[in-house]
Amino acid sequence: MSRISRRLALAAALASLAIPTLASAADVNLLNVSYDPTRELYVQVNKAFGEKFKAEAGKTIEIKQSHGGSGKQARSVIDGLEADVVTLALAYDIDAIADKGLIDAAWQKRLPDNSSPYTSTIVFLVRKGNPKGIKDWNDLVKPGVKVITPNPKTSGGARWNYLAAWAYALKQNGGSAEKAQAFVADLFKNVPVLDTGARGSTVTFTERGVGDVLLAWENEAFLSKKEFGDDKFDIVVPSLSILAEPPVTVVDKVIDRKGTRAVAEQYLKFLYTKEGQEIAAQNFYRPRDPEVAKKYEKVFPKVELITIDDPAFGGWRKAQKEHFADGGIFDKIYSN
Amino acid sequence: MSALAAPRVGDRLWQRSAIPGFGLTMGVTILWLSLIVLIPLAGLFIKTAELSPDRIFAILTAPRTFNALKLSFGLSLVAAAVNLVFGAVIVWALVRYEFPGKRLLDALVDIPFALPTAVAGIALTNLYADNGWIGALLAPLGIQVAFTPLGILIALIFIGLPFVVRTVQPVLEDLDKDLEEAAATLGAGRWTTVRRVILPAVVPAFLTGFALAFARAVGEYGSVIFIAGNLPNVSEIAPLLIVIRLEEFRYADATTIACAMLVASFVLLFVINVLQRWSQHRTGRTG
Amino acid sequence: MSAVTDTMPFPREQGRSARPTVHTPPRHEDIRTEPAIVKWTVIALAALFMGLFIVLPLANVFAQAFSKGWDAYVAALVDPDALAAIRLTLFVAAVSVATNTVMGLVMAWAITKFNFAGKSLLITLVDLPFSVSPVISGLVFVLMFGAQGYFGPWLIDNGWKIIFAWPGIVLATVFVTFPFVARELIPLMQEQGSSEEEAAVTLGASGWRAFLKVTLPNVKWALLYGVLLCNARAMGEFGAVSVVSGHVRGETNTMPLHIEILYNEYQFQASFAVASLLAFLAVVTLFAKTVLEARLGSRSGRH
Repeated sequence: MSRISRRLALAAALASLAIPTLASAADVNLLNVSYDPTRELYVQVNKAFGEKFKAEAGKTIEIKQSHGGSGKQARSVIDGLEADVVTLALAYDIDAIADKGLIDAAWQKRLPDNSSPYTSTIVFLVRKGNPKGIKDWNDLVKPGVKVITPNPKTSGGARWNYLAAWAYALKQNGGSAEKAQAFVADLFKNVPVLDTGARGSTVTFTERGVGDVLLAWENEAFLSKKEFGDDKFDIVVPSLSILAEPPVTVVDKVIDRKGTRAVAEQYLKFLYTKEGQEIAAQNFYRPRDPEVAKKYEKVFPKVELITIDDPAFGGWRKAQKEHFADGGIFDKIYSN
Repeated sequence: MSALAAPRVGDRLWQRSAIPGFGLTMGVTILWLSLIVLIPLAGLFIKTAELSPDRIFAILTAPRTFNALKLSFGLSLVAAAVNLVFGAVIVWALVRYEFPGKRLLDALVDIPFALPTAVAGIALTNLYADNGWIGALLAPLGIQVAFTPLGILIALIFIGLPFVVRTVQPVLEDLDKDLEEAAATLGAGRWTTVRRVILPAVVPAFLTGFALAFARAVGEYGSVIFIAGNLPNVSEIAPLLIVIRLEEFRYADATTIACAMLVASFVLLFVINVLQRWSQHRTGRTG
Repeated sequence: MSAVTDTMPFPREQGRSARPTVHTPPRHEDIRTEPAIVKWTVIALAALFMGLFIVLPLANVFAQAFSKGWDAYVAALVDPDALAAIRLTLFVAAVSVATNTVMGLVMAWAITKFNFAGKSLLITLVDLPFSVSPVISGLVFVLMFGAQGYFGPWLIDNGWKIIFAWPGIVLATVFVTFPFVARELIPLMQEQGSSEEEAAVTLGASGWRAFLKVTLPNVKWALLYGVLLCNARAMGEFGAVSVVSGHVRGETNTMPLHIEILYNEYQFQASFAVASLLAFLAVVTLFAKTVLEARLGSRSGRH
């Protein structure tokens, strides 16, 4: 028997040794809670900011990353994940955190450009040569076309997808919300797999070979081409899309408790610098800075973009309530 | 409900025993059980109880919830049934026959126990997607497995198999062969012997294994989400819907579905334990 | 596997049926078994089913892990985030297995050595986490200790981090693996009865001594078996941990979560490489279990 108790003692000793290794060695620690496709972007941003911080303040900084569906990440922060900054897919998810008192209600005014240092839009990723001849949104509702998109209930990117399709249908049908709903319903009838996050959908389309067209963040579409080679996929830009503004902000409750406000704010401002904007552009996010935008203008196709503040939507809170809330239009589409 | 009462109990709740430590160990047991299992689970019910009964009813009967529960329970039932049939074949081969590689086959049965569900999930998806080892063979036949309910079924069969095999195996091993011999001597054919002598003895074990596999499958998450298409009303399982409701900040909806599943699990497990006691009683086994 | 075969009670040359007994006349062999065609069909079906559902997925993990060669395989494992995930997983498993082993013994003792009302109910409650969906297992701790939960605000005010830190991951893992050790011990200890301990106590031994000298040696192999299964599940838990982890790289990512992350970063080979470590662990666990069973003599645990 004593062998077993000795083993237990050994296990306990090992366990107690392991605990300290979970702590970090850096002088300053930040946690950036972000959405799915920004993994690669923030790896580079964190490296660049770390070097700058070391040079200017003489201290080391470690910025931890957490990624997942935008709504899920917001939920984690609400439930107590100690994020110093959140960089999510859309303003509504940050509003949800603000509603719980963790972030100042006027957060979106604190930084320039609606607190969105970079923008993106929704494009189509199709298989090489575009075998189904997909040119615009109305090609997506044709019978036999399989469309891959994540679930708008859980994925921020998918909400932008949905709203872009909605905007197109409204325009085509002279503003009839009824016809727009029918159009979006037809579109979702062509969706065979509904992943919970944008990355899940990309993997389903690229790696699993499911579907004819992926509705994707522009940056995600470019990244897929880069990862899998130009000979696998083509990008199709629709006639109308939406200006997606992924916002960033500090989480006041957390930074005031941890005493990291100065660093956290400096970190977010870094995103607006030339260096930060360059990194964003290199990762296929559209830069806000006019100079950097000019430099990369050949990369990003020109497309007519509608914004979330357009009367068709009336801002995120209204759009969320009308389309994605319990019993909203999206629920109606899936209850028929 | 007779199983609730322990045998040989007089007017006291417990019987005096020569062995010391009842108070201490029972106290620790109940404390530990309460801290880790009962209080957290009670929190779930308290949260749900904040809702009006109408609202709870509305949540559970909403088409999407209802379909998710139907899918989870329905597919789990089918998966457990498939495991019952093939589990029987495997148990019979393992217990009654000698063949090369038997030990290996025996050990492999436990793989789904030991393999992390996420690993099983990505491996199964990789196999059954249209460009996977098996999926590529099925695709020309027009059979799509990954991202359909069929894919979920495959994952549930995978995780449920050991439950049936490991429950039935010891019972069949212990079965007294003299009975079969007697039946044969009395002129019964082999099939009759299997049907009339062996089957009744192993039925309780089969039921237990079936129920265990079913209970496990209903709640399964990790191995399923990768291979399921996650389409509402079509291939969205109840545990995934709980996660989705959480991510939509709809805690009450999440806890309501969770409570419904929990009650079902508890009833099922209780029936299994009663069943086990009943079968022990019937077959005279105590183990 | 040779060590296993050697300890088999009946070498297979002795006869066709699984357990030939020496006193059985040969003519009875025929009436107690089926025609060869039935036998081989059953074996073929069993092997086919196992091959399709168990062996192929397992083989696939290793095939993908080594699809880019040995160097890429090693590179995936020595990545700092992967190492952090491995360390966290080992730590969480060590704590949960140790806790559940001690508590499993206590619970099995209380349940099997005494007669009391409501025993079936108590066993059912011990079993309960086993059939609770992993997602719910994580959810209950978020409800308790999350910032919006019952104890969350108090914990935050006092600087305690449970959810989205290692204590939460340990709690969820302890919950999920709660029944594993107790479940292995209870049937065996029930079968063994308590007469030996009663005798020891009557002869003047203390309860603790009776436990150490009588009970523990009787159940040691079943205990080790339970510990093995408990460990495998603790290291591989995905759903419950996923809900409470927060997915912070290098900090609260366990191996199964790291696998998911890599899978979502187009690093399929790396993802399967980490997965293969867990799969390898599963195979080792099962090998150890097979050896244990050979020592136990039979599955039901009689000695």
